[in-house]
Amino acid sequence: MINTIWSQLVTLYRVLLHTFTPADTVQYPEEMPYLAPRYRGRIVLTRDPDGEERCVACNLCAVVCPVDCIALQKTEDQDGRWYPEFFRINFSRCIMCGMCEEACPTYAIQLTPDFEMCEYDRQKMVYEKEHLLISGQGKYPGYSFYGVAGKTIKGKAKGEALNEEEPVDIRSLLP
Amino acid sequence: MPVLIVDGKELPGKAGTNVLEALLSAGVDMPYFCWHPAMGSVGACRQCALLQYANDEDSHGKIVMSCMTPVTDGARFSVSADRASGFRRAVIENLMLNHPHDCPVCEEGGECHLQDMTVMVGHRDRRYQGRKTTFKNQYLGPFIGHEMNRCITCYRCVRFYQDYAGGNDLNAFGSRDRIFFGRAESGVLENEFAGNLVEVCPTGVFTDKTLAKNYTRKWDLQSSPTICQGCSIGCNTYTSERYGQLCRVHNRYHQDINGYFLCDRGRFGAQHVNSPARIPQPGIRNEEGKYDPLSLDDAKAKVRDFIQHSSRTIGIGSPRASLEANQALRQLVGAGNYSNGMSRNEQVMHQIILDVLASGMKTPTLAEVAEFDAILVLGEDATNHAPLLALSIRQAVRNRSKEMAGDTDIAEWHDAAVRELAQDALSPLVIATPMPDRLDDVASQSLRLAPEEIVALSTEVSMYLSAGSESTASQASSVAQGLAELLRDARRPLIVSGTSLGDINIMRATVNLSLALQAVNPEAGILLAADECNSVGMAMLDNRLSVEELVDRTPETMIVLENDLESRLGAEFAKKMSAVRHLVVLDYLDNATVSVANILLPAASFAEAEGTFINFEGRAQRNLAVFLPQGSIAPSYYLLSTLNDDCLNDSFNDSLNNSTESVSSSHQARVQTIIESIRDEFSPLKRIDECAPDADFLVLGSKIPRMTHRASGRTAMQAEVSVHEPKQPVDTESALAFTMEGNQQQAPASLRSYVWSPGWNSNQSIYKFQTEVGGADTMGNPGVRLLQGDAMPAPFTIAPTTAAQISTGPRFVAQHHIFGSDPVSSQAQELSTRIPTPYVRMNTETATTLGVSGGDGLACQLPHKRIELSVILDDDVAAHCLVYPKLVQTIGLADVAPGDLQRIAGWQGPKDPLKPNLILTDRTG
Amino acid sequence: MVELISILIIYGVLLGSLTGAAILIWFERRLLGIWQDRLGPNRVGPLGIGLALADVIKLFAKEDWIPPFADRLMFVLAPMAVMIAMLMGFAILPYAPGIHVADLNIGLLFFLGMTSLAVYSVLLGGLSSNNKYALLGGLRAAAQMVSYEVFMGLSLMGVVMLTGSFSLVEIVNYQQEHTWFIIPQFVGFVVFMIAGIAESHRLPFDLPEAEHELVAGFHTEYSGMKFGMFMVGEYLGVILISAIIAVIFFGGWLGPDFLPPIIWFAIKTFIFICFFILLRAAIPRPRYDQLMSFGWKYMLPLTLINLLATGAIVLWLQA
Repeated sequence: MINTIWSQLVTLYRVLLHTFTPADTVQYPEEMPYLAPRYRGRIVLTRDPDGEERCVACNLCAVVCPVDCIALQKTEDQDGRWYPEFFRINFSRCIMCGMCEEACPTYAIQLTPDFEMCEYDRQKMVYEKEHLLISGQGKYPGYSFYGVAGKTIKGKAKGEALNEEEPVDIRSLLP
Repeated sequence: MPVLIVDGKELPGKAGTNVLEALLSAGVDMPYFCWHPAMGSVGACRQCALLQYANDEDSHGKIVMSCMTPVTDGARFSVSADRASGFRRAVIENLMLNHPHDCPVCEEGGECHLQDMTVMVGHRDRRYQGRKTTFKNQYLGPFIGHEMNRCITCYRCVRFYQDYAGGNDLNAFGSRDRIFFGRAESGVLENEFAGNLVEVCPTGVFTDKTLAKNYTRKWDLQSSPTICQGCSIGCNTYTSERYGQLCRVHNRYHQDINGYFLCDRGRFGAQHVNSPARIPQPGIRNEEGKYDPLSLDDAKAKVRDFIQHSSRTIGIGSPRASLEANQALRQLVGAGNYSNGMSRNEQVMHQIILDVLASGMKTPTLAEVAEFDAILVLGEDATNHAPLLALSIRQAVRNRSKEMAGDTDIAEWHDAAVRELAQDALSPLVIATPMPDRLDDVASQSLRLAPEEIVALSTEVSMYLSAGSESTASQASSVAQGLAELLRDARRPLIVSGTSLGDINIMRATVNLSLALQAVNPEAGILLAADECNSVGMAMLDNRLSVEELVDRTPETMIVLENDLESRLGAEFAKKMSAVRHLVVLDYLDNATVSVANILLPAASFAEAEGTFINFEGRAQRNLAVFLPQGSIAPSYYLLSTLNDDCLNDSFNDSLNNSTESVSSSHQARVQTIIESIRDEFSPLKRIDECAPDADFLVLGSKIPRMTHRASGRTAMQAEVSVHEPKQPVDTESALAFTMEGNQQQAPASLRSYVWSPGWNSNQSIYKFQTEVGGADTMGNPGVRLLQGDAMPAPFTIAPTTAAQISTGPRFVAQHHIFGSDPVSSQAQELSTRIPTPYVRMNTETATTLGVSGGDGLACQLPHKRIELSVILDDDVAAHCLVYPKLVQTIGLADVAPGDLQRIAGWQGPKDPLKPNLILTDRTG
Repeated sequence: MVELISILIIYGVLLGSLTGAAILIWFERRLLGIWQDRLGPNRVGPLGIGLALADVIKLFAKEDWIPPFADRLMFVLAPMAVMIAMLMGFAILPYAPGIHVADLNIGLLFFLGMTSLAVYSVLLGGLSSNNKYALLGGLRAAAQMVSYEVFMGLSLMGVVMLTGSFSLVEIVNYQQEHTWFIIPQFVGFVVFMIAGIAESHRLPFDLPEAEHELVAGFHTEYSGMKFGMFMVGEYLGVILISAIIAVIFFGGWLGPDFLPPIIWFAIKTFIFICFFILLRAAIPRPRYDQLMSFGWKYMLPLTLINLLATGAIVLWLQA
């Protein structure tokens, strides 16, 4: 009983001492907080080192999205690259969980340290590909999905991807 | 029943099967690649390994392949032992050594058997850092994409293509780790069943190009169980949609009909739903002959006005429209003013089919066809007219090899061994057609006979059979004698015919022959292929008035339902149409009748409307809408029944959504009302509502979802229009809902809109829905066979044709083409590239009498169009027959006398009219 | 003239207490912020003091919602009762020599009566809402306040014995002659303090509200100014209890002459208000059964012993 009361009194004293400790609050927006590069904010689509869209419209980000706020449609260009015909994120639904970035096999979709994207009109929270696509490579410079994948595109024939042999001569029966 | 002991638990087995089948039938998750339920085992992939113990004391065991191990009573196995699972993991790791880093850009991703199996065995990290073998791809035509790097050499593709479907232009090349599956050189895969490679291949080597165009992962597809509209077989399909575009058609297993496979017309022909020739809105024809758009309400008001102020309104139904749509039309115009949309000739032929089905004659299902050991085909071009029938016949001729295997104690599923044993031994198959047949390669005898000669032969055989041996022996030809003895002595003989030549006498003679045969061999069966997807249904509904009869009654208003009358009226089409004052046409694709209509109403395609269809064997099956039609397009039955009851509703979609408030009260689905009227009015159709549950059907308190439980993009799909997500559309017309919520796993087969099971994302998951591998559906096979009887029909009297009476002049014979003869699927973009250009095929002798030679051009002028044909010389065509393809361009040619054909001077026809010049635009690197 | 002054005092007390309660809304948040290393409200007006006004405007502007399933009359009466009872309590407070609304010779009893009346407010609010959370909150309030009222009254009896009067002015005057009651009546002070917290159902004894368990307890269904009255009533309670402690145990307006007496009174009251807030910032809420057993098993015996000892000493001194 005595211990309990003593404990309460010590608590009161300790809390009272906090009168003299400075506040931890960061005065946003006058004062901007530091956001790490891996902060999960506004979503962007990046490009590969050649300046081409990294997104191959595989739909994994859309399916992993817990609020189903990503919609896209695959199409194919003259070079044989898959890319999204449209890519839409409804940020009024997005919860910035970063699952899309985790799921993305090509490092195309990335979350950035920018969270200041409020609008008075919800319709303006719907971002299309032209709003999402940036010119740079984002967090993973140097990665090119098609340099690794087996699918042929213009400028990369079969056998030219990472760790690939020359195409087989199927007429050969040599052991 | 033998019992297996697997991991200490007893599992039921079935004698004559293998352990893999037993495990899968018991629901065990056993990985496999090369085994296929329809193609048996070859033991190529080593994936289904497990441990077999010699006896109780044996704790070490030996690794065996479950697909190669026969079921024996009391045999002990372990699936979960470390040695077995480690072996399986090592096999996958080896298969994955050369597998490219392609999944994100692979059409198979998300429904890939290889992905599923890799996850199932637990192989996760790549250890091999060496270089991967690569291959160059080939162009394989407009349907199939080729990406050889992804191959795991399970050999399923060539086993299906060569051994099962009888193709000869896909093969395995190379040796050791350089095995290549493809053609000798780039080119179109010629087999009519090539599309199945997409489903047979366990990974993404062969992919669906029509899907790639509107590519959507399986989990995003909104699907429903549909009935193929390509021919009279009535194959079960899953049709899938996303963003209002039809994406693809996949096989829907039906034990008695299509099993695991579809033909390319069925698989790729459904793309007509996306055709630019779709009729998007109601139209009224102005003086210039163009169509002015009209609102649906105005169009309906106009039609009502026509009906009210016309002395006579007739309705022409259609054998390619659903029973419901036809019944709605029949109710609108009255039974006396309704025709089921078939010509007289077609009506008689389908009445014969109906009579046979309703009699006590043995009418096998497609699956049963494979069990007959002697088949006679009379004038039926199965491959082009009813393709899955040809596939079944191909399996039936293997019965000889199965018998041989039985004699030597080799199990039937031991595919490679059975084939090795049998070599070229095949069960007898005799084909009597006027032109070369795709089944000739497996036929023991191919007879090239003109239609009348087929009738004569058939009559001769039946007379020989019914008269007993000696008395008529001298009169019958040796061919007929041989045939008669073959059929009489066979264990189970089957006679196949159908409407493909359009000759009533062939069908009558077939029935007569079958009756005579059944008298001496009670196991004999008869199979008659019908014409269109609902031809038999139309004959059952109302087979009294033909199109010609009704059109001749000088109607003031004529309502045509999804029917191109040019194909029924031939050369007289233009004349008869101009006699009609008000022509109202409901259709979804452009055709000759549409282009002369006064009022055009936009009908929904099969993918947008409910409907019941009755296939060649009298099986009623329900087709369910995959997605809602856009704009003012509406199902025909809805358009017609609202004309009937003055319901004002501009849009079908609105009518669905507005009716939700009254669902609980007295609301009844419109389609259900029509079905009930059919049921009450026609006694043969009284079981029609058994083919699928109605709109009130619930599973665990909710409707059955059309989407997968992991459909994506719900809150973004329509966000560009409005960020406020609309309510999901309500479907009061069927037991399915446009939602991802609900229980798909427990839905009856007629309502199951996709197959999926945890861990089994590919179509291989179908075994989870079967009572045993290749068996009936766990929830019962969908559909209901309406016609059964035990009385034998009286034989038809056919005017006896003797050799002298057979005309010796040249005559036209229309040949069906799998690509092109069906006017609807012909409008599918990819399929249309494979339609042959009009030609006429004849043997050299006939060509000499006509005075033409190969490569010439012939032309004739019909009242409303001109037909041009290239001449092909082919000595494998029966004498005097001018075989031409049944295409939209050649409609009406049958009404032309062969003598009226004019030679075209300086004709520059296509090099090979049978094989259109496809443009090789694909990258094939 | 005398009437005018007393009317001015009445209005001054009314205005002062209500303004104090309103400002306390802001002040409490600010102070909690400081003790939790935050800033607290700092956006509206200088130091965020405009929050008090903004809060009042908000409460007035909100929809005045009476649930259709509630007992209308009781529902409306309940918040009024708490505010009126608490304001009445201010009537007997002696702020400075001659500055008081009424110097009742039963002042202390009047104060105890008014705090007891406040129980009805909570009880009625809880029952009339027809809501399970409100009902539970109301039940808890009834039991808690009835229990703690017992020794709240008893704890003051030592002071009354020594002074020989219930008048608060007399009590202050007694302290001027002798010493502040904090010394002779330390136990009484501790018990009264704890009982006072429980009476005003402030943290850590806010079990009738207990937002973690009961949403908002007895005022779950309240909104707008009706909720505002509950809130103002609570803050008035805080001020009232603080003032009473200052008057009874710390000599009220007494203090060195360099500051006027009313300021001394205000400073002492202010310190106890801060202490109330410190309790909220530091002490976690006990369980309900702990609260009850603490009251009956420790507080009551302690008060009775204190009463006996004080009585004995008074008798001994007189003898």
